[in-house]
Amino acid sequence: MLEFLKQPWAWYVAGPLIGLTVPALLIIGNKSFGISSSLRHICASCMPANIPFFKYDWKKEVWNLFFVFGIFLGGAIAVSLLSNPAPVEVNPKLAQELAGYGITNYNNLIPEDIINWQSLLTLKGFILMVVGGFLVGFGTRYAGGCTSGHAIMGLSNLQLPSLIATICFMIGGFIMANLILPFILSL
Amino acid sequence: MQQNRDIEKDLQLRELDAMCVNESRLEHKWYHNIKYLIIGILFGIVFVKSEVVSWFRIQEMFRLQSFHMYGIIGSAVLTGMISVFLIKKFNIKTIYGEPIKIAPKTFNKGQIYGGLIFGLGWAITGACPGPLFAQIGTGATVIAVTLLSAITGTWVYGLLREKLPH
Repeated sequence: MLEFLKQPWAWYVAGPLIGLTVPALLIIGNKSFGISSSLRHICASCMPANIPFFKYDWKKEVWNLFFVFGIFLGGAIAVSLLSNPAPVEVNPKLAQELAGYGITNYNNLIPEDIINWQSLLTLKGFILMVVGGFLVGFGTRYAGGCTSGHAIMGLSNLQLPSLIATICFMIGGFIMANLILPFILSL
Repeated sequence: MQQNRDIEKDLQLRELDAMCVNESRLEHKWYHNIKYLIIGILFGIVFVKSEVVSWFRIQEMFRLQSFHMYGIIGSAVLTGMISVFLIKKFNIKTIYGEPIKIAPKTFNKGQIYGGLIFGLGWAITGACPGPLFAQIGTGATVIAVTLLSAITGTWVYGLLREKLPH
């Protein structure tokens, strides 16, 4: 059983489990599934700076912070108890492309060759970690949600704005991965 | 009355640009939040074991080199849709007996501009906000920098909100 759990899980197992988070959160406390809002609650609790957008009773949304802290713990549990020693498998075409940028380490879910503490001070590392993170935080809040709030929760509730947002997430991703990222990775 | 109006105003403010808010009439002790912690833990485990948090998987997705991520998001949405449909159809209540309420989303241009900006960031970092937390949990401590930067991004959005087209 444990051996079975240690293998990477197939999409048709993981997808429905992720989808079940929607009814689980609704039924245990009337909460709509969403993750990027936690970033806003962190701003509201730590540095509201008199900005109207952060002046609300964040304590009422503290459940969201418990939820994301759980995700962090879940990540730690998955690697310590259920880790799979085999390298991450990727499409050979991708491996070939990435090798051209010196990315050959598949021991982790993130490419250690380019995303690590040493490279943080290089231009490439700075763009990958700092600029990328900024775009994620700024963009999700501007869009009013991320993959969980819009693509999963919003689409589950048949919301047209969420469909528009999801399509825009994908367009942005396709543009970056295919047209811009190659330049960043060759820096 | 005044107090009610204040609560209403506070809810409206929290609802701005957010889906996951709810004004529960019930007051709970803090430890009721443990339930969300547990759901979060299970969710984090699924995230890592299915490699949703993998930078490589996101690159495959945006290069149409693998069905994996599409299968996950597609089946998650389908499961969510059926669940929400059943909850509405059978008027399923929360474990505290409250009627379940999901706030509708109104369209604004932020979903387009913000969506595109987030998409760019998603393909660079290989992570949306949820996976950032899970990645740090897996021991990729440097992702804490990415998370801090994402929090800064949210903060800057709050600062500039009135000046941005919506």
